[in-house]
Amino acid sequence: MNALPWTILFSFAGAILALVAGTRSAALARRVGLVATLAGLAATLLAATRFTPGPGLQTVLDLPWIPQLGVRCHLAADGISLTLVVLTGIAATAGVLFSWNIEERAGEFFALYLTLIGGVYGVFLSADAFLLFVFYEIAIVPKYFLIASWGSTNREYGAMKLVLYSFAGSALVLGGLLWAFAAAGGRSFALADLAAAAARFPRGDQLAMFGLLFFGFAVLAGLFPFHTWAPTGHVAAPTAASMLLAGVVMKLGAYGCLRVAMPLFPEALAWWQPAIAWLAIAGILYAGLVALVQDDFKFVIGYSSVSHMGFVLLGLAAANPQAVGGAVLQMFSHGMIAGLLFAVVGRIVYERTHTRRLDALQGMPLHRLLPFGAVVFVLAGMASMGMPGFSGFPAELAILIGTWKASPIWALFAAAGILVAAAFTLRVVQVSFFGRTASASDPAPANEYPFAPVTWPEKAGAALLLASTVLIGLRPDLLLDWINPALQSPLMQAALRGGPP
Amino acid sequence: MSNLPLLSLLVFLPWIGAVALALLPRLSEVAQRRLALVASLSTLAVALALLSGFDPARTAPQFVEKHAWIAALNVYYHLGLDALSLILVLLTGLVAPAALAASFRSGGFRGFAAFFLTLQGAALGVFLALDFFHWFIFWELSLIPAYFLIKIWGGPGATRAAYQFVIYTLGGSAFLLLGFASLFSAAGTFDFQQLAQLGADGSLARKLGGDGSWLPQAVFLGVLLGLAVKVPLWPFHTWLPPAYAEAPTGASMFLTGVMSKMGVYGFLRILWPIFPRELQAAAPWLMVLALGGVVLGAWAAMRQTDLKRMVAYSSVNHLSYCLLALFAVAHASGKGGAVSEAATAALSGTLLQMFNHGLSAAALFLCVGVLEKRSGGRRGLDDFGGVRTVAPFFAALTGVAMFSSLGLPGLNGFVGEFLIFRGVFGLAPWAAAVATLGLLATAIFLLTFWQRVFHGTVAGATPGFRDLTLAEAAPLLPATALMVILGVYPQLLAGLINPLVTAWAGHLTPP
Repeated sequence: MNALPWTILFSFAGAILALVAGTRSAALARRVGLVATLAGLAATLLAATRFTPGPGLQTVLDLPWIPQLGVRCHLAADGISLTLVVLTGIAATAGVLFSWNIEERAGEFFALYLTLIGGVYGVFLSADAFLLFVFYEIAIVPKYFLIASWGSTNREYGAMKLVLYSFAGSALVLGGLLWAFAAAGGRSFALADLAAAAARFPRGDQLAMFGLLFFGFAVLAGLFPFHTWAPTGHVAAPTAASMLLAGVVMKLGAYGCLRVAMPLFPEALAWWQPAIAWLAIAGILYAGLVALVQDDFKFVIGYSSVSHMGFVLLGLAAANPQAVGGAVLQMFSHGMIAGLLFAVVGRIVYERTHTRRLDALQGMPLHRLLPFGAVVFVLAGMASMGMPGFSGFPAELAILIGTWKASPIWALFAAAGILVAAAFTLRVVQVSFFGRTASASDPAPANEYPFAPVTWPEKAGAALLLASTVLIGLRPDLLLDWINPALQSPLMQAALRGGPP
Repeated sequence: MSNLPLLSLLVFLPWIGAVALALLPRLSEVAQRRLALVASLSTLAVALALLSGFDPARTAPQFVEKHAWIAALNVYYHLGLDALSLILVLLTGLVAPAALAASFRSGGFRGFAAFFLTLQGAALGVFLALDFFHWFIFWELSLIPAYFLIKIWGGPGATRAAYQFVIYTLGGSAFLLLGFASLFSAAGTFDFQQLAQLGADGSLARKLGGDGSWLPQAVFLGVLLGLAVKVPLWPFHTWLPPAYAEAPTGASMFLTGVMSKMGVYGFLRILWPIFPRELQAAAPWLMVLALGGVVLGAWAAMRQTDLKRMVAYSSVNHLSYCLLALFAVAHASGKGGAVSEAATAALSGTLLQMFNHGLSAAALFLCVGVLEKRSGGRRGLDDFGGVRTVAPFFAALTGVAMFSSLGLPGLNGFVGEFLIFRGVFGLAPWAAAVATLGLLATAIFLLTFWQRVFHGTVAGATPGFRDLTLAEAAPLLPATALMVILGVYPQLLAGLINPLVTAWAGHLTPP
């Protein structure tokens, strides 16, 4: 377990080193990036092997920081955090592999990238609300620069919109946190202390504080109707940043809801539950239907992320062990799958075809020109459709089971959402890679489209993500055995029961 | 021998073949064909081994493999084989290699065979898995290779047909999945046998929602929808004719021969045992839908001028007989011994019809495929004439399949249909009476097919039509032989399934 703080350290140290290395050569900066993310992944896996699942957060580091405010640098993990830390490790490594073609200002790129990763690790490991918020902000700022400097389509607009939405959400969160901190007597930001005090707040205050915290965090999780930053931001971002945005950063929002808002104000959760669930369902269906009619390849994937995150939020709203366990599993699963999809669209396809317009791609026999991309995209698409055998299936199944217990009607709409996901995924597979198949027996017209061959980092990155999604698809208990005991902690139980601990 | 996990081998041998083909791009064409055929024939070999060790007198699943898998969801790796599974496994073992052999000449054979073998393994898994989680993997996984087989190797309208096929089926599956999510949240298990026990003693309905709740009915409807689209039950059949017609010959053979049985199997293995009361209550309405398939399917076939679409619609008609018989039996359940003889007949008929239709429909698709290949892609009812005079061997083989499909006594198709009519007549005479309209229409369209294509003066695309070579006929011969053998000596198959259907009819809810 004590290896976990190193993930943060490796990332921030890697960021500084990458900046230095970038002044010498881009290749060196890339290597620094890969080493730093691999070191982080190794630290998480080492911690995972020594992890004993159990209820409650297990402290890994606890130092005083700002005694006047009762802020401590308190890092701790349970099965939920560990799942998301492993997700971050894998997604970050894959992201570097898919950024291997960055030549322009590579040092700065990887420095920002690693800063973002460090912030993400920090959020997942914080047991102190203030510390969590600091890391949360650290994770937001680099996104702006990554998109604005290395992005594509409409990048200034996308970057600005994303950051404004994120900061608006943060402002709500900060307001909620400070209010709760003051109301609790202003002695401590520790989650456990805040939760103990929160039970005595007037009910109206609890409802309002929960609203501020939950919706503030949910902006980043892509809750409908605050999701509009996500598709534009994902599309504008460079590939690795899209992968991280959809794969990891959106999870920060959902994690904040689960770790901060829900355990602090369980009674308020029960009151807000229907509203959250219906917004989540609206997101699942609306984003899915919008994805069905996009003509930009990357927008399809961008909207699909909003749709999939709707399942996470629905699972949280259903608030029972099955549904929340499923939601955490879905966070992991979507991190892998969204990473893969963005990697195929942004790196494997776009860097070669220089177009993302589906009608243009339809004219190219892509499945023959890029068979590797086709295979990866079909497998990722199957996973995204919730096909059994991939990680999305046990996650969505658990969410459906839990949601059915909370309300069969919600579950019915969620099932319709699965169908919509299948429809848009299949459409985009069909149009993008298999648009021109009449010539199944012709030799590939390779000279018409001189595409660069697929490189080893692309293969390695895709293999890493695919292997993870298949492994968890066939053995979801590897993660569920971490997640379920964590849901037995007093704080989580309170959230799931809808009453004080 | 007895320690080998035969059922796992059954599923995984075709998949190993598929992976080998995918990973060995430099294999010569001949080696590719050999490898694919061996992987496909493995099913038949293992099926025969199973047959020799199978004890028909025991109605519980045999050769059971059960291992803990996902503790958090109470999921087991659970395979088992009873007489129902066995005949479908045998059918797969017969149809799949024939369909693959009929596709040897398709462009990009390596990809075709890899998808085909994946599909074959998945279909076998559906017939063997006894745990929903496990079963659903195979059920859904079968769609993807089928999609690509139709999409890439299909006809001009294949893109739309394949998309429609998958979206319809997935639409049904989403509700099937939701149904099982609710069953799990009520009962805490995905095991078919445990759920069937809870369903039989009525405790499942209580767990789902208590007396007077609409939830058990809603869950039943969800599962019903998922299976009905797959079979397909009229009016959920509209995906079928374009999918079967646009698919390449080999895929059409497998789709109609094996995949269409997956839905009927689901009705027998899942819907009936788990929801006996709900099915009984819904049975009159469902019988009307099944009759819709029997009658309208046949009439629609009568109106087709495209031979492949004609055969596709006849599949709707034939499969609806199976469902009609099952619904009639479910409707009559609870009436005790008076109907059990009729119920036995109807259920035997259903099982035999599944097997027989698999053979004859696959053979018919192959024959239409030969017509298409010889004439450069024409397959209209009026594109040929007098084929019998130029290709007597081909005509004879087609004739056997056609008359088997028509239900001529002495061929296998007759036995199943006769038993179904015999059973349904005893259980719901009105339904049997209406169903004869379908029988009549079937006779009309098949005889029209026979007359216009094989008789008359040599015309249209017929001149220059070469008769089948022995190599071309090879995929057809075993099926044709079996059609005759099973027509004359149906006991061969009936003996296998008799104890099982007698037991089903005895309880009037399956064990």
